[in-house]
Amino acid sequence: MTGRGAPAGATLATRLASGGILGRTPFARLVVFTVAVFVSMTLLVGSDRFLTTANFQSIAFQLPELALLSFAMMLSMLTGGIDLSVVSIANLSSIVAAMTMVHVLRGEAGASGEAVAIVAGVGAGLCTGLACGLVNGCAVAFIRVPSILVTLGTLQLFTGLALVLTGGQAIIGLPDSFQWLGNGTLLAIPVPLWLCVGGAAVMAVLVNRTAFGVEARLVGTNPIAAWFAALPVRSVLVRTYVTTALVSSVTGLLMVSRANSAKADYGSSYLLQSILVVVLAGVDPAGGSARVLGVGLAVFALELLSSGFGMMRLTSFATELAWGAFLLLVMVINSVLERRGK
Amino acid sequence: MTPRSSDRPFLSLEAIGKSFGGVRALDDVSLDVAAGEIHCLAGENGSGKSTLIKVIAGVHRPDRGSIAIAGQPVASLTPITAVRQGVQVIYQDLSLFPNLTVAENLAINSLLEHRRTFVRWRDVRRTAERALERLRVSIDLDRLVGDLPISEKQLVAIARALLQDARLIVLDEPTTALTGVEVDALFALVRDLQQRGVAILFVTHKMREMLQAADRFTVLRNGRVVESGPAAEFDEARLTHAMTGRAIGESRFAGRVDASASPRLRIRDLTGPILRGVTFDVRPGEIVGLTGLLGAGQGELAARVAGLETRGTGEIAVDGATLPAHTVRAAARAGIGYVPEDRLREGLFLDRSIADNANASSLRALTTGLRLLSTRRMRSQADRWIHDLGVKTPSIDAPVRQLSGGNQQRVVLARVLATRPKVLVLNGPTVGVDVGAKEEIHATIRQLAAGGLAVLIVSDDLPELVQSCGRVIIFRHGRVATELGAATLTGDALQEQLSAAR
Amino acid sequence: MTSRVRRLLGRHELVLLVVTVLLSIVIGALNPAFYSLQNAFDLLKTSVPLGILTIGLLVVLISGGIDISFPAIAVAGMYITCTLAIDVRSLDHLPVLLAISTAIGLALGLFNAVLIHFFRLPALIVTLGTASVIRGALLEFVGTRTITNLPSSIIAFSRTNLFEATLANGASAALTVSILFFAGVAIAVALALRYTVIGRGAYAVGADLAAAERVGFNVRRIHLFVYGLMGALAGLVGIIHASIIRNANPLDLDGLELTVIAAAVIGGASITGGRGTVTGALLGVALMVIMDGSLVLVGLPSQWHQVFIGLVVLVSTSITALRTRSARAGEIAR
Repeated sequence: MTGRGAPAGATLATRLASGGILGRTPFARLVVFTVAVFVSMTLLVGSDRFLTTANFQSIAFQLPELALLSFAMMLSMLTGGIDLSVVSIANLSSIVAAMTMVHVLRGEAGASGEAVAIVAGVGAGLCTGLACGLVNGCAVAFIRVPSILVTLGTLQLFTGLALVLTGGQAIIGLPDSFQWLGNGTLLAIPVPLWLCVGGAAVMAVLVNRTAFGVEARLVGTNPIAAWFAALPVRSVLVRTYVTTALVSSVTGLLMVSRANSAKADYGSSYLLQSILVVVLAGVDPAGGSARVLGVGLAVFALELLSSGFGMMRLTSFATELAWGAFLLLVMVINSVLERRGK
Repeated sequence: MTPRSSDRPFLSLEAIGKSFGGVRALDDVSLDVAAGEIHCLAGENGSGKSTLIKVIAGVHRPDRGSIAIAGQPVASLTPITAVRQGVQVIYQDLSLFPNLTVAENLAINSLLEHRRTFVRWRDVRRTAERALERLRVSIDLDRLVGDLPISEKQLVAIARALLQDARLIVLDEPTTALTGVEVDALFALVRDLQQRGVAILFVTHKMREMLQAADRFTVLRNGRVVESGPAAEFDEARLTHAMTGRAIGESRFAGRVDASASPRLRIRDLTGPILRGVTFDVRPGEIVGLTGLLGAGQGELAARVAGLETRGTGEIAVDGATLPAHTVRAAARAGIGYVPEDRLREGLFLDRSIADNANASSLRALTTGLRLLSTRRMRSQADRWIHDLGVKTPSIDAPVRQLSGGNQQRVVLARVLATRPKVLVLNGPTVGVDVGAKEEIHATIRQLAAGGLAVLIVSDDLPELVQSCGRVIIFRHGRVATELGAATLTGDALQEQLSAAR
Repeated sequence: MTSRVRRLLGRHELVLLVVTVLLSIVIGALNPAFYSLQNAFDLLKTSVPLGILTIGLLVVLISGGIDISFPAIAVAGMYITCTLAIDVRSLDHLPVLLAISTAIGLALGLFNAVLIHFFRLPALIVTLGTASVIRGALLEFVGTRTITNLPSSIIAFSRTNLFEATLANGASAALTVSILFFAGVAIAVALALRYTVIGRGAYAVGADLAAAERVGFNVRRIHLFVYGLMGALAGLVGIIHASIIRNANPLDLDGLELTVIAAAVIGGASITGGRGTVTGALLGVALMVIMDGSLVLVGLPSQWHQVFIGLVVLVSTSITALRTRSARAGEIAR
């Protein structure tokens, strides 16, 4: 092993074999991976183009949507489940919010009308998220349908409802000031990034420092023992899916604001990307683990990669290919190193 | 196959040794099983029984010693050669497929053995019929195995073993999930197999009902054979002594119970799938043992009190307040703490830290004003219980998985005690715990009782009951059969009552 | 629930059949056009790709796994084969093209199996990764343009009908020949699941992998078989799909995995493995296709399609969960 007492002349081969160079924990490997992506993109694209304020500004506007959805996904995996409906909840919430805003705005003109419309829209969007989360949570906790099936069903249901509401059309004519949420800056930092950092902080506190978070982790580790230990298993599950849904609807609001319109099939590629991010972050899909910092880092690495690919004039398809390949590679490396460790 | 054809044993193990990473699991173990013999391999959990079974099954290769089957030395035994030589091991999980029919489960081995590509269902049926005929039992061949009761699943597993020309059947803890009647039926079957010259090796830590069936005993403790001989030389006391290294009733606990105090736990007329109108009280400071044959009702009573079993009628009250519902949450809220029997599956979060495990049931009490968990209070509570109960660990952040059985059990106890229970229900509190740790856990339980807790211990470890309990309730067919109070509670008396309860 | 209801629910296929028949009656009552031969043939045609994929996924689900990469595999098989056939005219024979596409699918399916079996990785995440690799690689290295001038053998195939009829109103109704592939796959897989040791092994592995290994099943071969079969069938579907819509679009079939999983699950396959039948899967496909194809007939906008699919998935999985729960009540407390 290459501990503190590793001989100075330890060869690369032995370091590789013990996981030394790749990092001993999934998180350390993720750090190595992010740095590697950063360095190689800088070299390949050229630092004069890659290391620019404009590039990082654009990453800062793009990253929060995926990051927030990944936090939602991470939370659903904490209890050993999965929520495939995160994107559809985001879309349904955004459509309800947008329709509410448009409706209110039509009734009341002027600046005060805009404020009322935004408050009503955001409220309606979050309530939609709450309702969606309750459907998922109750089906998992009380009827005990496997979460993958529940959310597969609600994915179709919520997307379908969004389609029915809009007839497949985009909703436009939102209050102008609402765009600030997705496109504005505060203290020279994009508002979405503030929202994302705030979301990460709330998530970190929630999973590490609240009774709910620790109980969710225990339920994910051993649901039978959780029941014997008199943990409120059902309430933990319901709250998990409700929180997941609320984070998704916040993302939905962000998406409406950024695009200045709402559409039923917006951002559908986010579903697979968010699962990818969470697994890359080292979260065990079998439950019991949550890594807020890891998710943040994984999203950052992937955004660096896609912006670098974009600058090299590679298509988004190359990015998709690279992401998938990284996912498989990381899992194979983790699996091999873990088995060697045992 | 001729019964007792010769005195040459069918299976002969000679001076077997096996270590795992420096830990010696088996040390100089010799064992002979003759054809047509019912041999009981007794020992507590962790005594090396399961390692020995795996050596016999060819799963583990011994480091030292030799194995002979039917008089022929076997150089290296693999699972396949073991089966070819007629050795069949029926593990506790039975290795059956619940989603397949009885017929298919029975025939699956012969299909695989003949390296078939296609399944001929007429052959499957014929094979299955033959298997059940051989066992002289009838089970609907078209039923799914998952729909059968445990006892019939076991029959299917035994029939499947016989189909493969088993000459030695190893039964690993076969009685665990059976009711009394089913145990009797199993023994009848085993004796029938014996008549046909099949050797049987029963592996168990519940030796009580084995006394009536076994021809020979071999007792393992800490990986060594401590006793071996014909059944006639054994009685329960000697077996217990051999298994635990202690005699029944070495030390007695005479708790001071205030007879005038109002009962902590009041149980009235509990009736359920097994229980039939059970009524008794437990006062503060009292330790009451619950025992009986398998499935006699003591286990279900514990499950009812802990809220795990929700079916049935009757009343449970703590300090005079009747429980509003029979659920785990309601029981916990009323102050009933439960230490489950299967520590690894039901009691612990193996990959979480000792601190997380110890705090798991009392997290809500460790929050501060903003409903956030206080790291300081979490650590201090965990530290305190880990210290009080004497868990040996370098850090409370280590995963529970790394602890020994005794220390793991202390962590479970810490979790329950951190909820400040009024009633403590312990199901097999020292199963799989080594002797030294056992004494310490018993001492802890007595201290807790002295502090005013009402304690129920479900156990079939007689010395444990005699030493720790002020009184022992013996169940029979779901009812309270007898009660032995402080004056009458001795190992002999307990044994006598249990034999009578048969 | 009364015991009679419970017994009735015990036969999942029967319930499904009743629901499908009732649904057909309701739709037929609202719009008699539902009963036309043309409509029936159209529904059968739509059911071919969905049906073959559902049967492939059924086998994966039975073995306790899952695959969400098959739409990507199907598109890869379709697009690579068509590109190849346009460049190399001598390959333009239907059996050759079917063989190429199926072989591509088989290879990709076996790649999934290798990752899942040898590295013991979760199937959901692995196939998520391979799907993104396959789609990315296809679009990056092979092409992004939709091929509208399909190889002539595929055009010929798309025009081949098993049965044609001219209706009273002058319109013609035709049954596509690709239905034979569907029927063949359904029968072959049903027989394989019932009459081969590897088929029974899939059920055994899905119920209890450790026990299956102990009894002597070759788990590696079973994993290679189920994911390989899924891939090969996806490759086959690629060509059939191209023939039905008469073009080859490399961005096609995205999201089809959810519809297929829904059809299999509605058909009674268990997501946790060990349970599922071809009959059930066929009924699941029938229900999906009838619902999908008939919303317009009864005057509902097609947007309602997903709402109904979602509700059916929720209801059918809830019934299954409630049934297994009542069967297991009290088992926990011994």
